Amino acid sequence: MMPPCHHPDEGLLLDYASGHLAEPIALIVATHLALCPRCRSQVATFEALGGALLEEAPPEPVSADCLKSLFARLDDPRCGAAETPSDNGADDARSATITVPAGFAAAVGGADTDTIMVPQPLRSYLEAPLARLDWHSVYPGIDEVRLDAGGQGPFTTRLLRLRGGTKTPRHSHRGTEMTLVLNGAYLDELGRFARGDFVGYDGTVDHRPHAESGGDCLCLTVTDAPLRLTGRIGRLLDPFIHF
Amino acid sequence: MTDRPTDLPPDTPPPHNDLILAVARDRDRVAFGALFGHFAPRLKAYLMRLGADSATAEELVQEVMVMVWRRAETFDPGQANASTWIYTIARNKRIDSLRRQRRPEIDPDDPALVPDEPVAADRTVELAQQGARLRAALAQLPPEQADLLRLAYFEDLPHSAIAAKRNLPLGTVKSRLRLAMDRLRRLLKDDAL
Ligand SMILES: [Zn+2]
Repeated sequence: MMPPCHHPDEGLLLDYASGHLAEPIALIVATHLALCPRCRSQVATFEALGGALLEEAPPEPVSADCLKSLFARLDDPRCGAAETPSDNGADDARSATITVPAGFAAAVGGADTDTIMVPQPLRSYLEAPLARLDWHSVYPGIDEVRLDAGGQGPFTTRLLRLRGGTKTPRHSHRGTEMTLVLNGAYLDELGRFARGDFVGYDGTVDHRPHAESGGDCLCLTVTDAPLRLTGRIGRLLDPFIHF
Repeated sequence: MTDRPTDLPPDTPPPHNDLILAVARDRDRVAFGALFGHFAPRLKAYLMRLGADSATAEELVQEVMVMVWRRAETFDPGQANASTWIYTIARNKRIDSLRRQRRPEIDPDDPALVPDEPVAADRTVELAQQGARLRAALAQLPPEQADLLRLAYFEDLPHSAIAAKRNLPLGTVKSRLRLAMDRLRRLLKDDAL
């Protein structure tokens, strides 16, 4: 597979490494990382910087009994030596299953015979294999599923599926939209985006994405405000369409 | 097992990697105590800078150190050095406990992961020395760039909000960050030659 051509900017990677992103944005950035060795290596550098800053932080004395009660916790059988990392559940990336469960590499769309590998961490946010998710049509040729990526904040996280060849209505963004392509490709005023590509749109972009013909184009998107349809017909439809 | 004296050459790897490996191998409590002695006050400082009060910070320090104990076997000095590894545990613990959010992360064993270019050399020694190099490189940055990097880690704000808080245009913050990282990468590379 070709490595992605479009990446999150350095500031987003820094915010991911320093732990300051809201969960939906961390999810889309981390899913890009699964597909992008280059950004992974940048994040590793930012994490090393975090380690270096931790080292140079002026130490804050801990109370005298802190180590004693820590040793008491280690003796507690619930967190003793016998415990393996896999007991830590979903928060331990290394303990996650190695094989893709059957069906998770399922085809989306009836006609599309391609299989789509959904990388972690996104896979663990899906309630079912792709094809069996609760898809809703939002516009001819466009289906969506909303994902629960943490209830807080203004964010909406969704999978969008554009049938090959679909032209979406022209729109701009009231807030920001981040898109990660998982399958297929689309074109718009900013370029061509295929699997692994990450792109952020803000209010200055007025665009009309257009899925390449062929397979479905599947994207993960995170928005922090509803889209604004800007085309002539779009403006009429705006009150009825809630992307 | 204590910190090595500071008059050793700066290239001497810190002993913390070995301490974690001793915990992994032997459940070595002396080694663990030495790790605690070094990292607990720094973790507490980190967590307090990010808004935890003293008691909460100590509770979280304990939870981080319990993770260090339980996950010592997964520590790979060819992937990250001790302080980087412990930093990521603390960062995730804070997101988990204080922000009550999940931390989405890649799974290195995921078959859908696009793999890294194969690395020929063992990076253990390079990574063990990386911390000292990064700190030396940080000290050489122009103050406004170094300050910005520290804020990015020690304030509970994304970089865009730091810009607003400091009354700096976002573009200025972004370009300072980029300059700082370019310099750090260059200094790291020069040092490695
Ligand atoms: Zn990338």
